[in-house]
Amino acid sequence: MNNVILVAVISLSAIGATSAVILYFVAQKFKIIEDPRIDEVEDVLPKANCGGCGYAGCRAFAEGIVKSGTLEGFFCPVGGNSVMSQVALIMGLVAEEKEPMIAVLRCNGSRTNAPAKINYDGPATCAFTHNLFSGESGCPHGCLGLGDCVAACTFGALYIDQNTGLPAVIADKCTACGACVKACPRKIFELRNRGKKDRRIFVCCVNEEKGAPAKKNCEVACIGCGKCVKACAYDAITMKNNLAYIDFEKCKLCRKCVEECPTGAIHELNFPPRKVKTTAPEETTGQNTPTEVTA
Amino acid sequence: MLKTFKSGGVHPPENKISADAAIQSLPVPKRVYIMVTQHLGAPSVALVKKGDDVKTGQLIAKSAGFISANVHSPVTGKVFKVDDFIDQSGYRKPAIIIDAEEDTWVDGVDNSDEIIRDITLTKEQIIQRISDMGVVGLGGATFPTHVKMMIPDGKKAEFLIINGVECEPYLTSDHRLMVEKPEEILIGTTILMKALGVSKAMVGIENNKPDAIEKLSHIAKSFKGITVHPLKVKYPQGGEKQLIKALTGREVPSGKLPIETGCVVDNVGTAFAVYEAVQKNKPLIERVVTVTGMAAAKPSNFMVRIGAPVSELIEKAGGIPENLGKVVGGGPMMGKALMSLEAPIVKGSSGILLMPVEESRRVVIKPCIRCARCVSVCPMGLEPYLLAQVAKNEMWERAESERVMDCIECGSCHYTCPSGRPLLDYIRLGKNKVGQIIRSRGKK
Amino acid sequence: MALLTMSGSPHVHDNDSVEKIMWGVVIALVPALFVSIWYFGFPALKITLVAVASCVAIEYLIQKFLLKQEPTIKDGSAALTGLLLAFNVPSNLPVWEMIVGSFVSIAVAKMAFGGLGKNVFNPALVGRVFLLISFPVDMTSWPVPQPLMQGGFFADAITGPTSLGILKEGLGTGQTVNELVMKMPDLMRDFLGNQGGSLGEVSAFALIIGGIYLLMKKIITWHIPVTYMLTVFLFTGLMWLINPDIYINPVFHILAGGLLLGAIYMATDMVSSPMSPNGMMLYGVGCGVLTVLIRLWGAYPEGVSFAILIMNAFTPLINRGFKPKRFGELKNQKG
Repeated sequence: MNNVILVAVISLSAIGATSAVILYFVAQKFKIIEDPRIDEVEDVLPKANCGGCGYAGCRAFAEGIVKSGTLEGFFCPVGGNSVMSQVALIMGLVAEEKEPMIAVLRCNGSRTNAPAKINYDGPATCAFTHNLFSGESGCPHGCLGLGDCVAACTFGALYIDQNTGLPAVIADKCTACGACVKACPRKIFELRNRGKKDRRIFVCCVNEEKGAPAKKNCEVACIGCGKCVKACAYDAITMKNNLAYIDFEKCKLCRKCVEECPTGAIHELNFPPRKVKTTAPEETTGQNTPTEVTA
Repeated sequence: MLKTFKSGGVHPPENKISADAAIQSLPVPKRVYIMVTQHLGAPSVALVKKGDDVKTGQLIAKSAGFISANVHSPVTGKVFKVDDFIDQSGYRKPAIIIDAEEDTWVDGVDNSDEIIRDITLTKEQIIQRISDMGVVGLGGATFPTHVKMMIPDGKKAEFLIINGVECEPYLTSDHRLMVEKPEEILIGTTILMKALGVSKAMVGIENNKPDAIEKLSHIAKSFKGITVHPLKVKYPQGGEKQLIKALTGREVPSGKLPIETGCVVDNVGTAFAVYEAVQKNKPLIERVVTVTGMAAAKPSNFMVRIGAPVSELIEKAGGIPENLGKVVGGGPMMGKALMSLEAPIVKGSSGILLMPVEESRRVVIKPCIRCARCVSVCPMGLEPYLLAQVAKNEMWERAESERVMDCIECGSCHYTCPSGRPLLDYIRLGKNKVGQIIRSRGKK
Repeated sequence: MALLTMSGSPHVHDNDSVEKIMWGVVIALVPALFVSIWYFGFPALKITLVAVASCVAIEYLIQKFLLKQEPTIKDGSAALTGLLLAFNVPSNLPVWEMIVGSFVSIAVAKMAFGGLGKNVFNPALVGRVFLLISFPVDMTSWPVPQPLMQGGFFADAITGPTSLGILKEGLGTGQTVNELVMKMPDLMRDFLGNQGGSLGEVSAFALIIGGIYLLMKKIITWHIPVTYMLTVFLFTGLMWLINPDIYINPVFHILAGGLLLGAIYMATDMVSSPMSPNGMMLYGVGCGVLTVLIRLWGAYPEGVSFAILIMNAFTPLINRGFKPKRFGELKNQKG
């Protein structure tokens, strides 16, 4: 009996030892010598592997930086400036400061603003629905509300607001990785400057139709009237294809355009309440619930 | 033993409730909305502007590119506006909106019912005429017919196949046309044979249309080279590839055109349009549209001008029913649900299907039980369950290697799925994405 | 007028559903159940009801309280698993063992994998094999059939071996097939169901009737059952020709034991069998070969359950390797 146990122990140990030796030599033979800085850079990255930098994960991003030896064209939107300065330290370079960004939904076609004209019955994917028809409200540019962006977000920063039927951004969780921008078949999401004190002004519409059809489908559509362009003292607003766009680099957050917009398509976020001067704008902006919450 | 295609296929209830309704000509609508692009291929260019006077049959949008088609005015009147207008999917596309005043045809059009039998034009002239008159495939795909007639170098056409299958449930527009205009269709077929330089043509008709088979077979005796073939009823026999398989036993290779098998397939409606274009100099400005469905008060077949709003046709077929739940442009298997009843009839509209509320919602989706019915009914020998799954998981490379692009979107898989899974929806998504990937690869 | 509906094509649907398929299989099993009750009396009915009720109850409880989903017991899949499990055990199995078997079937083999459609192995067979390994004596004490009128409905069963058991044991002690056949019920009795065995497997006649019903209703296709049985027939036939003294004739192999039940109802289980026709045929052949290997040379007298479970494991591989014939894929086509 003892013999059996002894044979088993010895033979298994022998197999183990032989394998270990083989493994050691194989590991030596196929060893890849890598720049140790790749590991170091990867260590300071957030390791969310979200692809927001344009690389297939954090490791690829780190390899890219180390191989090219420059920080130009490399930016980790998730880690932001603090991570990039750490990376710069490892690389012995200087990181370019970038302003923090956030994803902004440029559509306010909620259930009340853009009521449904037809009921959609099918799988909840925007990518398919976008090819099938113009959307329940009839707006061919507006949000379909089926949540491809929510599914794409790896940080849990998006959810579909049940009251509006639109996705909402949780500001604290959004890392501006840009996954939602890519996922949206209608390019409604945009990465914009977070702004001082989180104050932002943007055109909350991407409809490129003329005024009448745009307004027919949605109360709060940009009708391309151009009043905001005239109101802006800083040339920050441009009009293209019947749609106003505010350049956040140029915008000085003066809020003049917000007051001018006849449909309330321009949104202001996180500003203190206005001193009561006129009555009209308060009412229009009042019904446009800002599509952002702070968690 | 009747012929049919071999693998796959389903038997949805035929419901050809409008089969006995003779084609009625609808009065010219007061205002027509003509989509500038009504075919598959490069967009056409509008030739008229606001305020222009146009006559019936006048060219109003010109083909732009090799695969493109002309569009003619279906009415006489004044152009109200050239502007975007919603199409059947609710997207706004360029359209010419004309207020009709009367119905005066442009010179040179023979608008009588007299049948002209002698074909005087040469091969090249025929193709040119078909192109001028804006004839496109009326089976639904709206591929420009004159392009189909031009056989690529190195290929040879052996057969012309005329598609009178009409395998979609409910639709009867082709059926009525075959019963009422059999001789015109066969003359059109002869014209197409001349244009292709083939000596044999086969007309495939499903066995559920005995009157059409009888009529065409009888008349075909006096036409050289045309034979009529009754086929066993099976959906999707009207698919080009399935029809070629059923009639000749040949299979169109994956990713290739039917001409690889020496066949050119045209719809009976197209053959009729070719007859009118070549023999009567009449552009394609009207077509037969079936208005039918379980919610339709009077299932009918109308000869209607292109550009008439769908709502007008429904009005003529007994009005909008109380329990209307869904309106489909085309048949129930492959048709597209309409976003709005304002959308106009286009060259590819074969039917308007009115579905009651109780039929219009889909069944509740259950988990896939891997019953393999989708595999057994797929006429292309694909695995729909797998394609839908990989598309859902965004595995585009796998979708491509599993041949998602071979899918003809017949809908048999979704129709038969006991779990009611939206297989075709996901496969379409996959096709769309894989198509984009393939195109971008081609550019590199 | 209410809002219209928008959806992708097709806009019509076949009226078939998961429920209809599952209950269809249950209906196909009813004749076999009647035969069992006829020969084994009340215990057969009791054990069937226990299995069905416990499978349904366990699925309901798991979905309701553990997974917090909407229970889907109405689709009939749990009831079908229960019925098939009961058909695979002797009718005198203790009730508590039956409940344990049901638990393994539903909780371990089905719900742990994600529920309907996600299980790799046939749940009823997993339950059966679990019971066979855990309670080998109870699972192989087959009651001797006593037709209803003679034995009395509630009579205690006398147990005896199955034909396959007699064969295995007898061959082990050096007897020839011809000597052993004397001790077995004749083939006609096998065909009608007057033999010892698991309660659902005894009557070839009733199982074939159910199988024809399934084929007519298009719930199963011919591929798996036919290739399975044909393989068993040819393989055992070959061995019989080689040496009829130690290998019994192929007709016996078809009618004895659980082959028909397995080939028609268990191997064709949609979830765990391959999806393409040629894949199904390979699977049927695999099941057949394994069954014969186990029956002729394995330790167990019967091999259907193990054969099907082993082939279940190959199903994903078969699905990957065996594709349906693609339209337009020509033999002499390049690339």
